[in-house]
Amino acid sequence: MLSRVANSIYWMCRYIERAENVARFIGVNLNLLLDMPSEVGKHWEPLVMITGDQELFEQDDRQYTKEAVINFLTFERRYANSISSCLAAARENARSIREIISSEMWEHLNSFHLSLADATSRRTALEEPHKFFKIIQMRSHLFTGLMDSTMSHGEAWNFARIGMMMERADKTSRILDVKYFMLLPQVDLVNTPIDNIQWTAVLRSASAFEMYRKEHHLITPRQVASFLIFDSHFPRSIRHCVGKAQICLQRIMNGSANGAANAAEKQLGRLRAELDYADIEEVVATGMHEYLDNLQTRLNRIDMAIGTTFFNLKPSLETLSSQQ
Amino acid sequence: METFAQYDVGGFYDELIAADGIPRPGAQLLVDKIESLPPGDLAMRQRAAERLLLKMGITFNVYGGEEGTEKIFPFDIIPRIVPATDWRQIEAGLKQRIFALNEFLQDIYNDKKILKDGVIPKDLIYSSRTYRRECEGFTPPRRIWCHVTGTDLVRDGDGRFYVLEDNLRCPSGVSYVLENRQVLKRTFPQVFEASKVRPVDDYPSKLLEMLEYLAPDHVQAPTIGVLTPGIYNSAYFEHSFLSQQMGVELVEGQDLVVNDGHVHMLTTKGLKRVDVLYRRIDDDFVDPLVFRPDSLLGVPGLIAAYKAGRIAMANAPGTGIADDKVVYAYVPQIIRYYTGEEPILANVPTYICGDDEDRSYVLDHLDQLVVKAANESGGYGMLVGPHATPEQRRAFAEKIKAEPRNYMAQPTLSLSRVPTIVGDRIEGRHVDLRPYVLFGREIYVQPGGLTRVALTRGSLVVNSSQGGGSKDTWVLEEGR
Repeated sequence: MLSRVANSIYWMCRYIERAENVARFIGVNLNLLLDMPSEVGKHWEPLVMITGDQELFEQDDRQYTKEAVINFLTFERRYANSISSCLAAARENARSIREIISSEMWEHLNSFHLSLADATSRRTALEEPHKFFKIIQMRSHLFTGLMDSTMSHGEAWNFARIGMMMERADKTSRILDVKYFMLLPQVDLVNTPIDNIQWTAVLRSASAFEMYRKEHHLITPRQVASFLIFDSHFPRSIRHCVGKAQICLQRIMNGSANGAANAAEKQLGRLRAELDYADIEEVVATGMHEYLDNLQTRLNRIDMAIGTTFFNLKPSLETLSSQQ
Repeated sequence: METFAQYDVGGFYDELIAADGIPRPGAQLLVDKIESLPPGDLAMRQRAAERLLLKMGITFNVYGGEEGTEKIFPFDIIPRIVPATDWRQIEAGLKQRIFALNEFLQDIYNDKKILKDGVIPKDLIYSSRTYRRECEGFTPPRRIWCHVTGTDLVRDGDGRFYVLEDNLRCPSGVSYVLENRQVLKRTFPQVFEASKVRPVDDYPSKLLEMLEYLAPDHVQAPTIGVLTPGIYNSAYFEHSFLSQQMGVELVEGQDLVVNDGHVHMLTTKGLKRVDVLYRRIDDDFVDPLVFRPDSLLGVPGLIAAYKAGRIAMANAPGTGIADDKVVYAYVPQIIRYYTGEEPILANVPTYICGDDEDRSYVLDHLDQLVVKAANESGGYGMLVGPHATPEQRRAFAEKIKAEPRNYMAQPTLSLSRVPTIVGDRIEGRHVDLRPYVLFGREIYVQPGGLTRVALTRGSLVVNSSQGGGSKDTWVLEEGR
């Protein structure tokens, strides 16, 4: 398939996954607030921290109020990672590959974008935020479902899945990073009810609460981190995402028996193997933040390797033509 | 909602209602249906159709606006109905015209017999900006130049069809014909079925067949691409739609490279050779090495590969000379010259501003004439004399004097009208008709075409970029 098309479909899915994650973070935070003693301003800052874009947020003298944070993360078009911006970008990508994706996917994404761009959605977001952010998540799921059931699971679909998995792994690592940093220094809070509520919220941010309970019952920071990084079956654990991305990449390469043929395969395979054979004790020994920081850097490198291997052919045109 | 009881044809030729207020034979079922709808129902169906179009993302981009501004192409659910007898004449006329224009293109770039015989003045051809010296001595694959044509027809007050202009470069709009039909089948299912409307849906298959026919003989399963300028082009939706319907690649200039004399696509698995391009980029931009060097849309080396027979292209470069609006005036002579027949479809009488006598007539009668620039399309660079202010007419007169070769003028026609939904009323609005013609193994005229409608009361400009909309076109089966 065309390199440009592969690039567009990869990013289309990354953007939708990103939008969904932002919506989920906000939704979880809204729920959390209902259970927390009121501490003005403390609960909205971490949301912006997870995105890593505090600087941008603070630029226009914004305060960490509910309204400002929701507006920024949801509607700010000058902010490239807001839900609105992500959807606009996803749709723009989809528009350039309409003939590749199914009409169902295109029409759904188009309506999704149009309804969010509609003036009434700002009001709904503030007046009925629980409902509003739930709808966004459901629409993202619907898109994924449509992609699964209306589009052939060929090369394009596999690139789409890699985009989604890479984004999801990155977001799970960010939630964990920020929350671990915030919650653990306060040693006195460990195993108090509030702490429990907070860790439950971390799990909910990754839609992981119920599945975690089935696996581990008691909620401890160490177990939560282990679950979100290493669980092999949970669809938002980093290990699971990296594993799935690797499978998709192998399908694209037609599962060449000679091992990794390019930088993307090499790096993804190596990361996957490490996740398969490491455990939470090692992570704690390294330091949670250092470990996650390193993980994010490697995810970024894989993303770049995918780009240079499949999307930006021009620089290596000479070598390519000799391969024919 | 007022229906046809109050409808006034207003002294124009109406496509659905005769002068005495009685529906024309093919339109009876439709009119009865609309009359029988409960109040408000027609407006509801109209809104439902618009919602559907927006949801499907059937939009076009507007030039000069903010980058990426998209609009739905306004659509009116009352169809235009073409009786079989009218269509028979249109189809035969278009086949004759396109055949002759293809002969003209082959001749003009090779033997130039028509110039030598003095049928068309040499200067006229050589002074045209759309004449491509680069094509001289060249014969395209299968000797076909104009593979895809959209010819604009209008019906005058006398009930006759006239050719208003030929579009032999990259005519757009056929995707709207197909999508409008989808929408209208849902809007008036029973009437549609009972009216025996000829299908338009096999256009993409015919287009694909034609493109495959162009591929070099030794290529078994040719790789075909639709070459688009990208998502900011006003017709991007159509490019993507057609490639989807044909199941071929949609490529941009940046996706193609010329390597070893062949054109290749950049794919995730390396280079892949392309055999046929349906290009929707104008000649000017198609290859910066041959035409405009500043073009970022095209593919360097494409024309060389094309001339070497390594890739086929539809339409061929250089076809613009045949839809030059001044050359248009000579099309009746062109038809007689190459076929020995009288034209079946008439031209609109045309004054050529490069001709002294014609020019002085045009300058004296600007208030009665429509003046067009020779190489513009989309309703740009034109003056509708009767509707212009004296200042606009004066300014345009200066342009004509400065560059007479570049202008032609035609009398203001009394364009036919079709009943159209305007608020809660049905009013007559002026329309034209653009049928699409494919030239492959044989010449195929799609039974239908784009009916463009000027939505502003009294307006004669139907272009989408100038406030026009569209309607579905129902060509009825023989015997109806």
